[in-house]
Amino acid sequence: MKRIVWIFDLATFVMTALILAGGIKPISAVSAGDKPAAGATVKIDNFSFGPADLTVTPGTTITWTNQDDVPHVVASDNKLFKSKPLDTDDHFSFTFTKPGTYIYYCSIHPRMTARVVVK
Amino acid sequence: MADFIRDNVNKDGIDRRGFLQCMAWAGTGVLYTLHGGILKSLPLAQYAASGKHTEKLKGADFSFIQISDSHIGFNKEANPDVSATLQIAVDRINSAAARPDFLLHTGDISQLSKPSEFDTAEQVLKGAKTGNIFYVPGEHDVLTDDGQQYLDRFGRGTKGKGWYSFDHKGAHFIGLVNVVDLKAGGLGSLGSSQLEWLQDDVKSLKSSTPVIVFAHIPLWAVYPEWGWGTDDSEQALGYLKRFGSVSVLNGHIHQIMQKVEGNVTFHTALSTAFPQPAPGTAQSPGPMKVPADQLRGVLGISHVNFVQGNHSLAIVDAPLAQP
Repeated sequence: MKRIVWIFDLATFVMTALILAGGIKPISAVSAGDKPAAGATVKIDNFSFGPADLTVTPGTTITWTNQDDVPHVVASDNKLFKSKPLDTDDHFSFTFTKPGTYIYYCSIHPRMTARVVVK
Repeated sequence: MADFIRDNVNKDGIDRRGFLQCMAWAGTGVLYTLHGGILKSLPLAQYAASGKHTEKLKGADFSFIQISDSHIGFNKEANPDVSATLQIAVDRINSAAARPDFLLHTGDISQLSKPSEFDTAEQVLKGAKTGNIFYVPGEHDVLTDDGQQYLDRFGRGTKGKGWYSFDHKGAHFIGLVNVVDLKAGGLGSLGSSQLEWLQDDVKSLKSSTPVIVFAHIPLWAVYPEWGWGTDDSEQALGYLKRFGSVSVLNGHIHQIMQKVEGNVTFHTALSTAFPQPAPGTAQSPGPMKVPADQLRGVLGISHVNFVQGNHSLAIVDAPLAQP
Protein backbone atom coordinates (compact mmCIF):
# COMPACT_ATOMS: atom_id res chain seq x y z
CA MET A 1 0.00 0.00 0.00
CA LYS A 2 2.77 2.36 1.00
CA ARG A 3 4.50 1.65 -2.28
CA ILE A 4 1.40 2.39 -4.32
CA VAL A 5 1.01 5.71 -2.52
CA TRP A 6 4.64 6.47 -3.18
CA ILE A 7 4.30 5.72 -6.89
CA PHE A 8 1.22 7.87 -7.04
CA ASP A 9 3.09 10.69 -5.34
CA LEU A 10 5.92 10.31 -7.78
CA ALA A 11 3.50 10.41 -10.68
CA THR A 12 1.90 13.54 -9.28
CA PHE A 13 5.30 15.07 -8.82
CA VAL A 14 6.42 14.28 -12.34
CA MET A 15 3.15 15.53 -13.75
CA THR A 16 3.35 18.72 -11.73
CA ALA A 17 6.91 19.22 -12.87
CA LEU A 18 5.87 18.76 -16.49
CA ILE A 19 2.95 21.11 -16.05
CA LEU A 20 5.18 23.70 -14.45
CA ALA A 21 7.60 23.33 -17.33
CA GLY A 22 4.66 23.94 -19.67
CA GLY A 23 5.41 20.68 -21.40
CA ILE A 24 2.12 18.78 -21.40
CA LYS A 25 -1.52 19.39 -20.99
CA PRO A 26 -2.53 18.11 -17.58
CA ILE A 27 -5.16 15.44 -17.18
CA SER A 28 -8.13 17.16 -15.70
CA ALA A 29 -10.64 15.75 -13.30
CA VAL A 30 -13.05 18.35 -14.59
CA SER A 31 -12.62 19.74 -18.03
CA ALA A 32 -14.35 22.38 -20.09
CA GLY A 33 -13.68 23.47 -23.63
CA ASP A 34 -12.01 21.85 -26.61
CA LYS A 35 -8.41 20.78 -27.08
CA PRO A 36 -6.32 23.74 -26.06
CA ALA A 37 -4.00 25.60 -28.34
CA ALA A 38 -2.02 26.72 -25.33
CA GLY A 39 -1.98 25.90 -21.62
CA ALA A 40 -1.38 27.74 -18.40
CA THR A 41 -1.63 26.67 -14.81
CA VAL A 42 -2.78 28.22 -11.58
CA LYS A 43 -1.84 26.71 -8.27
CA ILE A 44 -4.21 26.88 -5.32
CA ASP A 45 -2.11 26.91 -2.21
CA ASN A 46 -2.47 28.41 1.27
CA PHE A 47 -5.91 29.76 0.43
CA SER A 48 -4.67 31.74 -2.56
CA PHE A 49 -4.49 31.49 -6.33
CA GLY A 50 -1.02 31.72 -7.85
CA PRO A 51 -0.46 33.61 -10.00
CA ALA A 52 -3.31 35.81 -8.86
CA ASP A 53 -3.02 37.83 -12.02
CA LEU A 54 -2.50 35.92 -15.24
CA THR A 55 -2.49 37.21 -18.81
CA VAL A 56 -3.03 34.72 -21.63
CA THR A 57 -3.89 34.74 -25.34
CA PRO A 58 -7.37 33.78 -26.60
CA GLY A 59 -7.81 30.02 -26.80
CA THR A 60 -5.67 29.32 -23.76
CA THR A 61 -6.80 26.61 -21.40
CA ILE A 62 -6.04 27.35 -17.78
CA THR A 63 -5.83 24.49 -15.34
CA TRP A 64 -6.21 25.05 -11.62
CA THR A 65 -4.77 22.50 -9.20
CA ASN A 66 -5.69 22.46 -5.53
CA GLN A 67 -2.67 21.84 -3.35
CA ASP A 68 -4.39 22.67 -0.06
CA ASP A 69 -5.64 20.23 2.55
CA VAL A 70 -9.09 21.77 2.22
CA PRO A 71 -11.44 21.84 -0.77
CA HIS A 72 -11.80 24.90 -2.94
CA VAL A 73 -14.19 25.86 -5.73
CA VAL A 74 -13.03 27.93 -8.71
CA ALA A 75 -15.87 30.18 -9.81
CA SER A 76 -16.04 33.24 -12.06
CA ASP A 77 -17.91 36.17 -10.57
CA ASN A 78 -20.16 36.38 -13.65
CA LYS A 79 -21.04 32.65 -13.55
CA LEU A 80 -19.09 31.89 -16.77
CA PHE A 81 -17.45 28.91 -15.12
CA LYS A 82 -17.57 27.06 -11.84
CA SER A 83 -15.64 23.95 -10.87
CA LYS A 84 -16.88 21.09 -8.79
CA PRO A 85 -15.47 21.08 -5.25
CA LEU A 86 -11.77 20.43 -5.77
CA ASP A 87 -10.26 18.23 -3.11
CA THR A 88 -6.50 18.00 -2.65
CA ASP A 89 -4.73 17.48 -6.02
CA ASP A 90 -7.96 17.80 -8.04
CA HIS A 91 -7.86 19.85 -11.24
CA PHE A 92 -10.23 22.09 -13.10
CA SER A 93 -9.69 23.45 -16.61
CA PHE A 94 -11.38 26.16 -18.59
CA THR A 95 -10.58 27.51 -22.04
CA PHE A 96 -10.77 31.27 -22.46
CA THR A 97 -11.79 32.09 -26.02
CA LYS A 98 -12.79 35.75 -25.84
CA PRO A 99 -10.57 38.68 -24.88
CA GLY A 100 -11.49 40.35 -21.62
CA THR A 101 -10.82 40.49 -17.88
CA TYR A 102 -12.20 37.60 -15.87
CA ILE A 103 -12.50 37.89 -12.10
CA TYR A 104 -12.84 34.62 -10.26
CA TYR A 105 -12.89 33.47 -6.65
CA CYS A 106 -13.36 30.48 -4.39
CA SER A 107 -17.09 30.29 -3.80
CA ILE A 108 -16.63 28.78 -0.32
CA HIS A 109 -13.69 31.00 0.71
CA PRO A 110 -14.73 34.17 -1.10
CA ARG A 111 -11.80 36.19 0.20
CA MET A 112 -9.75 34.21 -2.31
CA THR A 113 -9.96 36.26 -5.50
CA ALA A 114 -7.83 36.44 -8.63
CA ARG A 115 -8.12 37.37 -12.30
CA VAL A 116 -7.32 36.23 -15.79
CA VAL A 117 -6.76 38.75 -18.56
CA VAL A 118 -7.25 37.42 -22.09
CA LYS A 119 -5.76 39.55 -24.88
CA MET B 1 -11.28 18.25 48.56
CA ALA B 2 -15.05 18.49 48.82
CA ASP B 3 -17.03 18.96 45.68
CA PHE B 4 -19.58 21.38 47.04
CA ILE B 5 -19.54 25.08 46.39
CA ARG B 6 -18.08 27.24 49.17
CA ASP B 7 -18.02 30.67 47.68
CA ASN B 8 -20.34 31.36 44.83
CA VAL B 9 -19.94 35.11 44.58
CA ASN B 10 -21.05 35.27 40.99
CA LYS B 11 -24.00 32.98 41.56
CA ASP B 12 -22.75 30.96 38.67
CA GLY B 13 -22.42 27.65 40.40
CA ILE B 14 -18.64 27.78 40.25
CA ASP B 15 -16.61 28.83 43.25
CA ARG B 16 -12.98 29.82 43.27
CA ARG B 17 -11.97 26.63 45.01
CA GLY B 18 -13.87 24.56 42.50
CA PHE B 19 -12.35 26.47 39.69
CA LEU B 20 -8.83 25.93 40.92
CA GLN B 21 -9.58 22.31 41.58
CA CYS B 22 -10.78 21.93 38.05
CA MET B 23 -7.64 23.58 36.78
CA ALA B 24 -5.57 21.19 38.77
CA TRP B 25 -7.48 18.36 37.24
CA ALA B 26 -6.72 19.20 33.70
CA GLY B 27 -5.07 22.47 33.02
CA THR B 28 -6.99 22.96 29.83
CA GLY B 29 -10.43 24.04 28.80
CA VAL B 30 -12.19 27.27 29.39
CA LEU B 31 -15.39 28.05 31.20
CA TYR B 32 -17.23 31.23 30.50
CA THR B 33 -19.91 32.17 32.95
CA LEU B 34 -22.21 34.91 31.90
CA HIS B 35 -24.82 36.95 33.70
CA GLY B 36 -27.20 39.02 31.70
CA GLY B 37 -24.73 39.03 28.86
CA ILE B 38 -21.88 40.40 30.94
CA LEU B 39 -18.85 38.32 31.62
CA LYS B 40 -18.68 38.08 35.40
CA SER B 41 -15.99 35.56 35.82
CA LEU B 42 -13.66 33.61 33.65
CA PRO B 43 -12.84 30.40 35.41
CA LEU B 44 -11.15 27.58 33.68
CA ALA B 45 -12.29 24.04 34.01
CA GLN B 46 -11.94 20.64 32.60
CA TYR B 47 -15.23 18.98 32.02
CA ALA B 48 -14.57 15.59 33.52
CA ALA B 49 -16.30 12.48 32.34
CA SER B 50 -16.91 11.58 35.97
CA GLY B 51 -19.53 14.29 36.09
CA LYS B 52 -18.05 15.77 39.28
CA HIS B 53 -17.63 19.08 37.57
CA THR B 54 -21.06 19.29 36.06
CA GLU B 55 -22.44 18.92 39.54
CA LYS B 56 -21.03 22.33 40.28
CA LEU B 57 -23.26 23.62 37.54
CA LYS B 58 -26.37 22.07 38.99
CA GLY B 59 -29.14 24.52 39.42
CA ALA B 60 -29.06 25.17 35.72
CA ASP B 61 -32.54 24.97 34.22
CA PHE B 62 -31.22 22.98 31.35
CA SER B 63 -28.08 22.27 29.47
CA PHE B 64 -27.22 21.57 25.89
CA ILE B 65 -24.11 20.71 23.94
CA GLN B 66 -22.57 22.60 21.07
CA ILE B 67 -20.67 20.36 18.71
CA SER B 68 -19.01 21.65 15.57
CA ASP B 69 -16.88 21.05 12.51
CA SER B 70 -16.90 17.26 12.37
CA HIS B 71 -15.59 17.33 8.78
CA ILE B 72 -16.44 13.67 8.19
CA GLY B 73 -14.48 12.64 5.10
CA PHE B 74 -11.37 14.64 5.96
CA ASN B 75 -8.43 12.23 6.00
CA LYS B 76 -5.31 14.34 5.83
CA GLU B 77 -2.36 14.42 8.20
CA ALA B 78 -4.01 16.79 10.68
CA ASN B 79 -6.42 13.96 11.60
CA PRO B 80 -6.59 10.77 9.54
CA ASP B 81 -9.64 9.50 11.47
CA VAL B 82 -12.24 12.18 12.05
CA SER B 83 -15.00 9.61 12.56
CA ALA B 84 -13.11 8.26 15.57
CA THR B 85 -12.77 11.69 17.17
CA LEU B 86 -16.46 12.42 16.55
CA GLN B 87 -17.23 9.12 18.25
CA ILE B 88 -15.13 10.18 21.25
CA ALA B 89 -17.08 13.41 21.42
CA VAL B 90 -20.31 11.40 21.50
CA ASP B 91 -18.85 9.14 24.19
CA ARG B 92 -18.01 12.22 26.27
CA ILE B 93 -21.55 13.48 25.92
CA ASN B 94 -22.93 10.11 26.97
CA SER B 95 -20.66 9.74 29.99
CA ALA B 96 -21.63 13.12 31.43
CA ALA B 97 -23.63 13.17 34.63
CA ALA B 98 -26.33 15.41 33.25
CA ARG B 99 -28.05 14.48 30.04
CA PRO B 100 -28.16 17.48 27.71
CA ASP B 101 -31.60 18.47 26.45
CA PHE B 102 -30.27 18.60 22.89
CA LEU B 103 -27.22 19.11 20.70
CA LEU B 104 -26.52 22.04 18.44
CA HIS B 105 -24.25 21.17 15.54
CA THR B 106 -22.82 24.39 14.14
CA GLY B 107 -21.85 23.08 10.73
CA ASP B 108 -19.21 21.45 8.59
CA ILE B 109 -20.72 18.09 9.38
CA SER B 110 -19.00 16.75 6.25
CA GLN B 111 -15.83 17.56 4.36
CA LEU B 112 -17.18 17.40 0.80
CA SER B 113 -20.98 17.13 1.11
CA LYS B 114 -20.79 13.49 0.05
CA PRO B 115 -23.77 11.25 0.91
CA SER B 116 -21.42 8.71 2.50
CA GLU B 117 -19.95 11.42 4.75
CA PHE B 118 -23.38 12.57 5.87
CA ASP B 119 -24.32 8.93 6.46
CA THR B 120 -21.34 8.38 8.74
CA ALA B 121 -21.95 11.59 10.65
CA GLU B 122 -25.61 10.74 11.20
CA GLN B 123 -24.70 7.23 12.27
CA VAL B 124 -22.20 8.42 14.89
CA LEU B 125 -24.33 11.30 16.17
CA LYS B 126 -27.34 9.00 16.48
CA GLY B 127 -25.49 7.38 19.37
CA ALA B 128 -25.62 10.57 21.45
CA LYS B 129 -27.96 10.29 24.41
CA THR B 130 -29.89 13.47 23.97
CA GLY B 131 -33.29 14.70 22.97
CA ASN B 132 -32.68 16.14 19.57
CA ILE B 133 -29.94 17.42 17.29
CA PHE B 134 -30.31 20.83 15.69
CA TYR B 135 -28.09 21.72 12.76
CA VAL B 136 -26.96 24.68 10.72
CA PRO B 137 -24.83 24.10 7.62
CA GLY B 138 -21.19 24.93 7.16
CA GLU B 139 -19.78 25.75 3.73
CA HIS B 140 -18.56 22.15 3.45
CA ASP B 141 -22.15 20.88 3.73
CA VAL B 142 -23.54 22.82 0.78
CA LEU B 143 -20.86 22.15 -1.85
CA THR B 144 -23.23 20.38 -4.21
CA ASP B 145 -26.87 20.69 -5.30
CA ASP B 146 -27.10 24.18 -3.88
CA GLY B 147 -27.34 22.62 -0.44
CA GLN B 148 -30.44 20.56 -1.23
CA GLN B 149 -28.94 17.41 0.22
CA TYR B 150 -28.23 19.18 3.49
CA LEU B 151 -31.82 20.44 3.62
CA ASP B 152 -33.23 16.98 2.93
CA ARG B 153 -31.16 15.37 5.66
CA PHE B 154 -30.72 18.00 8.35
CA GLY B 155 -32.91 20.94 7.50
CA ARG B 156 -36.40 19.54 7.10
CA GLY B 157 -39.03 22.08 8.02
CA THR B 158 -36.58 25.00 7.97
CA LYS B 159 -36.92 28.23 6.01
CA GLY B 160 -34.93 29.29 2.96
CA LYS B 161 -31.50 27.67 2.90
CA GLY B 162 -31.98 26.15 6.34
CA TRP B 163 -32.66 28.87 8.91
CA TYR B 164 -35.21 28.44 11.71
CA SER B 165 -35.96 29.17 15.33
CA PHE B 166 -37.40 27.30 18.27
CA ASP B 167 -38.22 27.90 21.90
CA HIS B 168 -36.92 25.83 24.75
CA LYS B 169 -37.80 26.34 28.40
CA GLY B 170 -38.18 30.08 28.04
CA ALA B 171 -35.18 30.69 25.77
CA HIS B 172 -35.42 31.49 22.07
CA PHE B 173 -32.97 29.70 19.79
CA ILE B 174 -32.23 30.95 16.28
CA GLY B 175 -30.26 28.91 13.73
CA LEU B 176 -28.84 31.06 10.92
CA VAL B 177 -27.19 30.17 7.61
CA ASN B 178 -24.24 32.32 6.51
CA VAL B 179 -22.46 29.97 4.11
CA VAL B 180 -24.44 30.24 0.87
CA ASP B 181 -24.41 32.73 -2.00
CA LEU B 182 -21.07 34.13 -0.94
CA LYS B 183 -19.78 37.02 -3.05
CA ALA B 184 -16.27 37.38 -4.48
CA GLY B 185 -14.08 39.23 -2.01
CA GLY B 186 -16.66 38.99 0.76
CA LEU B 187 -17.13 37.12 4.03
CA GLY B 188 -19.95 34.96 5.33
CA SER B 189 -23.35 36.26 4.33
CA LEU B 190 -26.89 36.03 5.70
CA GLY B 191 -28.65 37.74 2.81
CA SER B 192 -31.71 39.95 2.71
CA SER B 193 -34.44 37.29 2.86
CA GLN B 194 -32.96 35.69 5.96
CA LEU B 195 -32.51 39.10 7.62
CA GLU B 196 -36.14 39.94 6.92
CA TRP B 197 -37.19 36.63 8.41
CA LEU B 198 -35.06 37.27 11.50
CA GLN B 199 -36.53 40.71 12.07
CA ASP B 200 -40.00 39.20 11.88
CA ASP B 201 -39.08 36.17 13.99
CA VAL B 202 -38.07 38.19 17.06
CA LYS B 203 -40.70 40.90 16.69
CA SER B 204 -43.20 39.49 19.15
CA LEU B 205 -40.66 38.33 21.75
CA LYS B 206 -40.36 40.09 25.09
CA SER B 207 -37.04 41.89 25.52
CA SER B 208 -36.43 39.79 28.61
CA THR B 209 -36.39 36.59 26.54
CA PRO B 210 -32.90 35.09 26.48
CA VAL B 211 -31.87 34.70 22.85
CA ILE B 212 -29.32 32.18 21.63
CA VAL B 213 -28.16 32.52 18.04
CA PHE B 214 -26.13 29.80 16.37
CA ALA B 215 -24.50 29.84 12.94
CA HIS B 216 -21.42 28.35 11.33
CA ILE B 217 -19.18 31.32 10.45
CA PRO B 218 -18.62 33.76 13.34
CA LEU B 219 -21.13 36.60 13.42
CA TRP B 220 -18.40 38.98 14.52
CA ALA B 221 -15.20 40.04 12.79
CA VAL B 222 -12.78 37.51 14.27
CA TYR B 223 -10.28 37.90 11.44
CA PRO B 224 -11.67 39.11 8.12
CA GLU B 225 -8.30 38.57 6.44
CA TRP B 226 -9.04 34.85 6.70
CA GLY B 227 -12.72 35.25 5.98
CA TRP B 228 -13.61 34.81 9.65
CA GLY B 229 -16.59 37.08 9.85
CA THR B 230 -19.99 37.75 8.32
CA ASP B 231 -20.64 40.76 6.10
CA ASP B 232 -24.16 41.54 7.25
CA SER B 233 -23.98 40.28 10.84
CA GLU B 234 -24.32 43.79 12.28
CA GLN B 235 -27.73 44.13 10.71
CA ALA B 236 -28.78 40.84 12.28
CA LEU B 237 -27.46 41.85 15.69
CA GLY B 238 -29.24 45.18 15.31
CA TYR B 239 -32.55 43.30 15.45
CA LEU B 240 -31.43 41.75 18.75
CA LYS B 241 -30.23 44.94 20.46
CA ARG B 242 -33.29 45.32 22.67
CA PHE B 243 -32.83 41.90 24.26
CA GLY B 244 -31.23 41.73 27.67
CA SER B 245 -29.27 38.58 26.97
CA VAL B 246 -28.02 37.43 23.58
CA SER B 247 -25.55 34.59 23.14
CA VAL B 248 -24.00 33.87 19.76
CA LEU B 249 -22.49 30.43 19.21
CA ASN B 250 -20.35 29.77 16.15
CA GLY B 251 -17.92 27.23 14.74
CA HIS B 252 -15.79 27.43 11.58
CA ILE B 253 -12.51 28.58 13.14
CA HIS B 254 -11.81 25.37 15.12
CA GLN B 255 -10.70 27.18 18.24
CA ILE B 256 -12.22 28.85 21.29
CA MET B 257 -12.74 32.57 21.09
CA GLN B 258 -15.07 34.77 23.02
CA LYS B 259 -16.04 38.37 23.08
CA VAL B 260 -18.61 40.42 24.97
CA GLU B 261 -20.20 43.45 23.41
CA GLY B 262 -22.96 45.08 25.43
CA ASN B 263 -25.57 42.41 26.04
CA VAL B 264 -24.18 40.12 23.38
CA THR B 265 -21.76 37.35 24.15
CA PHE B 266 -19.95 35.68 21.27
CA HIS B 267 -18.39 32.28 21.54
CA THR B 268 -16.76 29.90 19.07
CA ALA B 269 -16.37 26.17 19.67
CA LEU B 270 -13.61 23.69 19.10
CA SER B 271 -13.83 21.25 16.19
CA THR B 272 -14.07 17.51 16.65
CA ALA B 273 -11.84 17.01 13.59
CA PHE B 274 -8.73 19.20 13.52
CA PRO B 275 -7.46 22.49 14.94
CA GLN B 276 -6.83 25.65 12.96
CA PRO B 277 -4.17 28.27 13.69
CA ALA B 278 -4.82 31.40 15.74
CA PRO B 279 -5.57 34.40 13.51
CA GLY B 280 -2.55 35.56 11.59
CA THR B 281 -0.17 33.03 13.10
CA ALA B 282 0.16 30.98 9.92
CA GLN B 283 0.23 31.57 6.18
CA SER B 284 -3.35 30.41 5.88
CA PRO B 285 -6.20 29.10 8.03
CA GLY B 286 -5.63 25.53 6.79
CA PRO B 287 -5.71 22.51 9.13
CA MET B 288 -3.04 22.72 11.80
CA LYS B 289 -0.90 19.65 12.35
CA VAL B 290 -0.14 18.79 15.95
CA PRO B 291 1.59 15.69 17.33
CA ALA B 292 -0.87 12.78 17.39
CA ASP B 293 -0.77 12.50 21.18
CA GLN B 294 -1.81 16.13 21.51
CA LEU B 295 -4.66 16.10 19.01
CA ARG B 296 -7.43 15.27 21.45
CA GLY B 297 -6.37 18.16 23.64
CA VAL B 298 -7.21 20.63 20.90
CA LEU B 299 -10.49 19.07 19.81
CA GLY B 300 -13.64 19.23 21.84
CA ILE B 301 -17.22 20.17 22.49
CA SER B 302 -18.97 22.89 24.47
CA HIS B 303 -21.31 22.22 27.35
CA VAL B 304 -23.75 25.06 27.79
CA ASN B 305 -25.64 25.41 31.05
CA PHE B 306 -28.56 27.73 31.14
CA VAL B 307 -29.97 29.30 34.28
CA GLN B 308 -33.31 31.02 34.01
CA GLY B 309 -33.97 34.10 36.09
CA ASN B 310 -30.48 35.49 36.27
CA HIS B 311 -29.91 34.81 32.57
CA SER B 312 -26.80 32.92 33.32
CA LEU B 313 -25.25 30.95 30.52
CA ALA B 314 -22.19 28.96 31.42
CA ILE B 315 -20.16 27.53 28.61
CA VAL B 316 -17.62 24.85 29.37
CA ASP B 317 -15.32 24.11 26.48
CA ALA B 318 -14.18 20.56 27.01
CA PRO B 319 -11.33 18.97 25.10
CA LEU B 320 -11.77 15.37 24.02
CA ALA B 321 -8.64 14.39 25.93
CA GLN B 322 -9.33 12.83 29.31
CA PRO B 323 -7.58 14.41 32.25
